[in-house]
Amino acid sequence: MSTVITRKADTATPLVSVARVSQIYDKGAAGSLTVLENVDLDLRPGEIVGLLGRSGSGKSTLLRAIAGLVRPSKGTISFAGSPLVGPTAGIAVVFQSFALFPWLTVLQNVELGLEAQGVLPAERRKSALAAIDLIGLDGFESAYPKELSGGMRQRVGLARALVVHPRVLLMDEPFSALDVLTAETLRTDLIDLWTEGRMPIESILMVTHNIEEAVLMCDRILIFGSNPGRIIAEIRVDMPQPRNRLDPAFRTLVEDIYARMTARTGAPTRDGHFPGTGIGISLPDISTNLLAGLIEAVAAEPYRGKADLPPLAAELHLEIDDLFPVAETLQLLRFAELEGGDIKLTAPGLRFAGGDVDERKRLFAQHLAIYVPLAAHIRRVLDERPSHQAPARRFRDELEDHMSEDYADTTLKAVITWARYAEYFAYDENADLFTLENPS
Amino acid sequence: MALLSDDRRRPSAVIALARARILPNGYDLIAFALILALAVLAAHGMQAMRAPLAVLDAQPVTLDPWLLPEYALRSTLRMFAAIIASLLFTFIVATLAAKSRRAEMVIIPALDILQSVPVLGFLTFTVTFFMGLFQGNQLGAECAAIFAIFTSQAWNMAFSFYQSLRTVPRDLDEVSRSFGLSAWQRFWRLEAPFATPGLIWNTMMSMSGGWFFVVASEAITVGDTTVRLPGLGSWLSLAIEKQDFAAVGWAVLAMGIVIALYDQLLFRPIVAWADKFRFEQTASQEKPESWVYSLLTRAHALRRLLKPVAYLWGRLMLLRLSKKPLLALSKRRDNKAASTFIDYLWLAFIAAVGAWGVWSVIGYLGQTLAWADVGEAVAGGFATLLRVVVLIAIASLIWVPLGVWIGLRPALAERVQPLAQFLAAFPANVLFPFAVVAIVATGASPNVWLSPLMILGTQWYILFNVIAGASAFPTDLREAASVYRLRSWTWWRRAILPGIFPYYITGALTASGGSWNASIVAEVASWGDTKLEAFGLGSYIAKATEGGDFPRVVLGIAVMSLFVTLFNRTLWRPLYVFAERRLRLD
Repeated sequence: MSTVITRKADTATPLVSVARVSQIYDKGAAGSLTVLENVDLDLRPGEIVGLLGRSGSGKSTLLRAIAGLVRPSKGTISFAGSPLVGPTAGIAVVFQSFALFPWLTVLQNVELGLEAQGVLPAERRKSALAAIDLIGLDGFESAYPKELSGGMRQRVGLARALVVHPRVLLMDEPFSALDVLTAETLRTDLIDLWTEGRMPIESILMVTHNIEEAVLMCDRILIFGSNPGRIIAEIRVDMPQPRNRLDPAFRTLVEDIYARMTARTGAPTRDGHFPGTGIGISLPDISTNLLAGLIEAVAAEPYRGKADLPPLAAELHLEIDDLFPVAETLQLLRFAELEGGDIKLTAPGLRFAGGDVDERKRLFAQHLAIYVPLAAHIRRVLDERPSHQAPARRFRDELEDHMSEDYADTTLKAVITWARYAEYFAYDENADLFTLENPS
Repeated sequence: MALLSDDRRRPSAVIALARARILPNGYDLIAFALILALAVLAAHGMQAMRAPLAVLDAQPVTLDPWLLPEYALRSTLRMFAAIIASLLFTFIVATLAAKSRRAEMVIIPALDILQSVPVLGFLTFTVTFFMGLFQGNQLGAECAAIFAIFTSQAWNMAFSFYQSLRTVPRDLDEVSRSFGLSAWQRFWRLEAPFATPGLIWNTMMSMSGGWFFVVASEAITVGDTTVRLPGLGSWLSLAIEKQDFAAVGWAVLAMGIVIALYDQLLFRPIVAWADKFRFEQTASQEKPESWVYSLLTRAHALRRLLKPVAYLWGRLMLLRLSKKPLLALSKRRDNKAASTFIDYLWLAFIAAVGAWGVWSVIGYLGQTLAWADVGEAVAGGFATLLRVVVLIAIASLIWVPLGVWIGLRPALAERVQPLAQFLAAFPANVLFPFAVVAIVATGASPNVWLSPLMILGTQWYILFNVIAGASAFPTDLREAASVYRLRSWTWWRRAILPGIFPYYITGALTASGGSWNASIVAEVASWGDTKLEAFGLGSYIAKATEGGDFPRVVLGIAVMSLFVTLFNRTLWRPLYVFAERRLRLD
């Protein structure tokens, strides 16, 4: 069990209670986009809860809803027993981008929340200095944020959140904009403050896409699935703090979470990782260099065609957020299979790894034609037209029937990148035109 | 704006510093002297502004060099008043446009058009209006002049502020909301600081344009009414009337000194102070510097004196003008249908008012004017358009190569850049008499030779923007160009021209806008009794103004606004979009 005995959870009254919350964005004629679906969550005093998921899984939206910044389309959120109608003094937020005001000094930034509450200057200063002291920022009070390193900036973000004495601290990927060493120092410091009970907060909810970070810090991990965002698993972490990353129990848990996150639960097709079907599949703009790079890495020693994702991610210095879309694109193109936390190259994938440039381009074009309906569709239109030209506008409009403008843009960009590499068709940006001929 | 003292130190340090700080230091003395002098000057000028109109007749403007400092001061104060009015206008109107969707629907297109309206054409109406408002008092004529300057400055400032308000970074917006900052606190803590760099830049641009209008609006003749307010503009018009060459020279000198002082005492300190508002997370390598600003920040006693102000400011920040900004937000989403309905009503209302406006203008003009008049104005418009296009082309051919040459030599650019900015701010109409004398003496065609006057003051915008663009051209691209031995034309076409293009467009756009405005002054010029006139829309408006012929002034303004707007939309805006999309280097 967790060592936080002093603040043992009072399970009867959750601090934050999220009940059947859905978030749906209306896209006008194109229908609607469901970002969150029927999410239930209780945050109890004395626990750190992690929301773990991929980007676009709606976990940040949920955090913003709990912060009172976004109003959910359906369902209710209550804080300390009463329904939440907007930002409240009892909940503070730490942001991924730090969100410091560049024109205010460290001290003024920390005082901001108190100023909003109408606290008088002398008292404000006293509380702010105490928070600065607690978080280890002494000596930086009159510095401007742009003079600080990333780690110091996030400390300001933490001090600013703590100074208003919130009961709940929400953290949105607080360490993901930092380098590895700095992030680790900050994590350790935060956990120390927490276990020693020196922070005036009762509970922490953090969003992350870093599996190890979640296992390292959280008492409970909620795994988010995408399309639409929903909680697909809840995992209790009963290891005492401080935790050791090399502990076999720790490693097992990390493996287990990798497997759960790559499992295609309930996905009807192989393309289930990407929303939409047919030409309406929303594609990520992954460069062909990354795709080829991952194929080569998996094909090479020591993996020889089949790799366990956690060590692969560690070796390539990739976060799951970076690795998964690449792996899943390979799966979409049938160059690889994802199963139980492993990535395995298919026969064409292995041939791709061994092929020369022309061979690779030929393979890629074949797979585009078969497995990416949008690419095949554009090619067919170009083939049918006597001029072998077609305005991109036309396909963008078509895509916008299936998805939002942004997604349509990204999807089209992805297809353009891949088709250019495979020399499947060409695109002229000035004229916004697809053509069959490449300039010769 | 933010007179916040950030001098928190540990208690012991505070005591030590306080002991050292009781006595004023050397910087304090200089700073105090500067501030007191400015205060006395301002008080003197303000008093003079409120004198009865009869004083002007008793003590008319004379060409006595000893009075020149006084005149320069009065002109400067007018400029000041206009800039304050523009700032107030900006804060109120731009904020309204950013906060209210319905206000936005009216304000933004209106600002866009107003930017293209020839400011000098307004004078006719405003003089009549303000003189009526303050009968027998100089304040009427002062207000008219200030209003003319205001109309040359306010629009782009408001535009810039509005754009900043609309692009407030999302994370800072969320912080403000999650801490529950009131609308008042949010404005001063988030929105105003974020908008400051853009606003200051635009204010500087407005000021450079403003001097031109100070000169043009102080001596006003509308029909039978002639007013000469004490100021550099009136001095100049008198010198022209009396054919006094030396007096014109004095005016040039005084104007130069005033602009240099304005730059050193006001804008440089402000730019140095505003550096902290630039929204970037890394410290920049070059900080703008100003000796006045360093002086003020080093003056300890001054800071002590400002303590009460800072205290008051801190207290003001605690005001909560509206209690729950967020509740309103969430409520708004609920009745979407009703809101859309009101939108349509509002649009219909605006359309009705617009139609009524057009109808009444046509009715008014129809009483006295025939289609032939419209034809004359449009023909003049084409003549002026031709001048603008040819002049911008010629100025570009000269200044683009020179600007590139200078911009690629950092040491030189550093020295030339302030000069170019100074020249852009210098009101070219002060120099017109020299040209007129030359044209009269040589008997050259006014239709051709008056034209260059239009671009005399505005060409510098092209130069300093090109210099800025060439200076910002990345070193690695320059090196790549020389490694691959790009030579002459290829180098221009493939490397440097695309590199400076966005900057060039900004400069050329400003220059062309200024030239249209200048045409009203430049197409008609005089020296004593000699009058030169070029055929064009500018001279059309100028003549109508002088004759007090209101319908023709309205027609002229309308036609010119139309020309400028269409010119901007068909040429400059597409080029601007193209430059932003394809040729941005950062």
